[in-house]
Amino acid sequence: MATLNRKDYIKRSAIWGFIVVELAFFAIVGDVMSVSDRTFLSLDNMLLLLKQSAPIGIIALGMTIIMINGNIDLSVGATFALAAIVLLDSLTWPFMQALGDWAIPLAWGFALMTGVVLGAINGLIVWKTGVDAFIVTLASMLGFRGLVFMYNGEQPTSHLNWTLVDFAEAQFLGLHTATWFLLGVALILWLVMTKTVHGRNAYAIGNNREAAINAGIRVGPHFMLNFMLIGFLAALSAVIFYSESGSVNPNDGMLYELWAITAVVLGGTKLAGGYGSIISTLGGVIAIQLLRKGLGHIGADTQTVNLVIGLILIGVLFLDRQLNRQGKEELKI
Amino acid sequence: MTEQTPVLRLEGIVKTFPGVRALDDVSFSVMPGEVHALMGENGAGKSTLMKVLGGIHAPDSGQIFIGEEPVVMTSPMQAKASGVVFIHQELSLADELSVAENIFLGELPLKGFGRVDWKKLHADTDAILKTLNVGFDSTKRVGDLSIANQQMVEIGRALTVNPRAVIFDEPTASLTDAEKVVLFDVIADLQSRGVGIVYISHRMEEIFRITDRISVLRDGQYRGTLTTAETDEEEVTQLMIGRKLDLSRNESHHEMGDVALEVRGLSCGALYQDVNFSVRRGEVLGFYGLVGAGRTEIAETIFGLRTPSAGQILLDSQEVHISSPIDALRHGISLVPENRKSQGLVLGMNCRDNMTLPQVDDLTAGPFVSDGAEIAIFDQYRDKLDIRTPGWRQIVGNLSGGNQQKIVIGKWLSMRPEVLIVDEPTRGIDVGSKSEIHNLIRDLAAQGYAVIVISSEMPEVLHVSDRIVAMYSGRVMREFTSEEVTEDNLIQAISGIAAEKVA
Repeated sequence: MATLNRKDYIKRSAIWGFIVVELAFFAIVGDVMSVSDRTFLSLDNMLLLLKQSAPIGIIALGMTIIMINGNIDLSVGATFALAAIVLLDSLTWPFMQALGDWAIPLAWGFALMTGVVLGAINGLIVWKTGVDAFIVTLASMLGFRGLVFMYNGEQPTSHLNWTLVDFAEAQFLGLHTATWFLLGVALILWLVMTKTVHGRNAYAIGNNREAAINAGIRVGPHFMLNFMLIGFLAALSAVIFYSESGSVNPNDGMLYELWAITAVVLGGTKLAGGYGSIISTLGGVIAIQLLRKGLGHIGADTQTVNLVIGLILIGVLFLDRQLNRQGKEELKI
Repeated sequence: MTEQTPVLRLEGIVKTFPGVRALDDVSFSVMPGEVHALMGENGAGKSTLMKVLGGIHAPDSGQIFIGEEPVVMTSPMQAKASGVVFIHQELSLADELSVAENIFLGELPLKGFGRVDWKKLHADTDAILKTLNVGFDSTKRVGDLSIANQQMVEIGRALTVNPRAVIFDEPTASLTDAEKVVLFDVIADLQSRGVGIVYISHRMEEIFRITDRISVLRDGQYRGTLTTAETDEEEVTQLMIGRKLDLSRNESHHEMGDVALEVRGLSCGALYQDVNFSVRRGEVLGFYGLVGAGRTEIAETIFGLRTPSAGQILLDSQEVHISSPIDALRHGISLVPENRKSQGLVLGMNCRDNMTLPQVDDLTAGPFVSDGAEIAIFDQYRDKLDIRTPGWRQIVGNLSGGNQQKIVIGKWLSMRPEVLIVDEPTRGIDVGSKSEIHNLIRDLAAQGYAVIVISSEMPEVLHVSDRIVAMYSGRVMREFTSEEVTEDNLIQAISGIAAEKVA
């Protein structure tokens, strides 16, 4: 694009540059320190990394749209858990068992529908009450998690269906099922955000809600649609993950909302809305997974990993602010 | 006065922004105990000058003196510490805090271990409130006060530092006459204590009532200082607008069609009452009045952003109910809003997307927005309105004000409206683009659009309108044809002087 200036280029490609730096760092440090006898940069390791980034990645892609639209959804982790329970539990229902493998698409349908309905609840409340999405989804995060515990108490919900496991563990052209879903969702959402009316309006609403209303855009339905979409994606993420694992704990999916937001922000999407990109979020997701995996590779424990990710996030936002400064004219705060 | 040292002196201030010379060698001084008016049209550079003085903008060159000492203003806090305080038109108070906490915000008295000395705070505040002669005490929650009293709190804030100069920026914009008297008393009191006052206002009546000297800015340049007692409104106005009062009227006349929009007895609570007017196809109807007279609110009601409490809106003699901008657009009514940046444009989006925003629904090919259809519309209106941009991908926030406004106008024209309402068409737009926008408005009327122009600038209203509706305090005072309107009767109508005569 001819009119993008240098700053924009830097910002857009920053996340991919960061990924390259990470790869180089972990490959070299891993070898020099020889803490691990495996090579970090092996194809299998990278394919696994993509697969592992899918669950949060799919949610983060949905979160990108929500945030571009000027909202936020904190309830996705709870939605994720509830959809997982619906998936696994529905497979044990007598009439479903009678269906044999035909129960699988039905169970998927139930789980996905659960996500859509929960999302619609969020969207409807945000639309009709005008309460800030942060508050609404904070409440529904607690509420949905409550439903999760009501379902089965503290007990895990388990059901292993081998057809499902085979499907989830399959590799096509080298990529795992989960990776294909991640890429597929990214492609579809990219098309939605860049090519459709809904995407265009979502950007406009997030950037300047008043101007969007003045242009005759119905803000509420767009909110609603996006919340349904992220609910669907949270459920999709659960469906893919639990098809393989077959057992869901009532605490599963906790903090997923924050990991998703972290990935989105790392990818450059603005918390205030109106600016962001699906592709950059994909980069953010991969960057975070690389960090977790890479730090593990060179021998760091989980606590250290979280500390490092936190520091990097602050560093990134600080850099972003420096890039965005208008110069000396800007008001000093 | 000549032997005295000014309390505040600005010398040769130059400030440029990309593409604009906002201040060009401006000098200005205030004597102790003097009320010095600073006047100029919107965009003449008053606010930029005050921002330089307040340390918000650094001047490119020039020097500020407090007394005889040169100072470099780096922040509003520092300006205040050197004795220069601002009473802004927009109040900046914390509603939830008490009067005392607001007045001493940022400098609460302490008594060890970081604890607030509440006793001293309230005693000090009450002392200040006493000099202001107000009827509320220091414990009152600021959000519960009237606007006038909130302004007193703001003034009280200025008095915590023993100010040498106080700058009032349009202080009476939202005050009633009785409240103004109180304000003027406070100003007189400050004056008697030797404080220099800079008084920024558009209201001639006030200027001649309380000021000693008047300095005028035009197009960022200093145009001279007049002694209030020795001048009159005509001379000041002439200095402000740079020509004789005889302003160029709209003289182009063309065929007008039938009435496109009519409003009968429209009211909206306390905002405006019983408003009647109509506008024909091919006609430009101007709305003139002071800020807060209710003009914008009428436009917002017609556009479906406010619900009227009474009255009818008729399009082509048919009553219509408009409850949202979507309804308004469906009925062929478009609004170019008062504040382009916050209401009219999605600044982070490109030119094309902004222009097609209201109709992007109709520009699809299959599930996707059709690039070609959008670009065709953008090209058409870029040529028609002569929008200067490197291309449709240009982010709107990077365009000049004039081109931004043309994008907004193009956005609505491409919807093929019947009625186009333009609120403050040239606010924040440089002089060259202004006349372009004015010609554009005349052209649109000639093409058969019914156009309503709301403006606070008299030359603008006179220049573009076929008829002018003068409003004061929520009421239509008078309607003028372009032949009968004069500067005098228009001023009178909008300042309420003619109220008794008409009513």
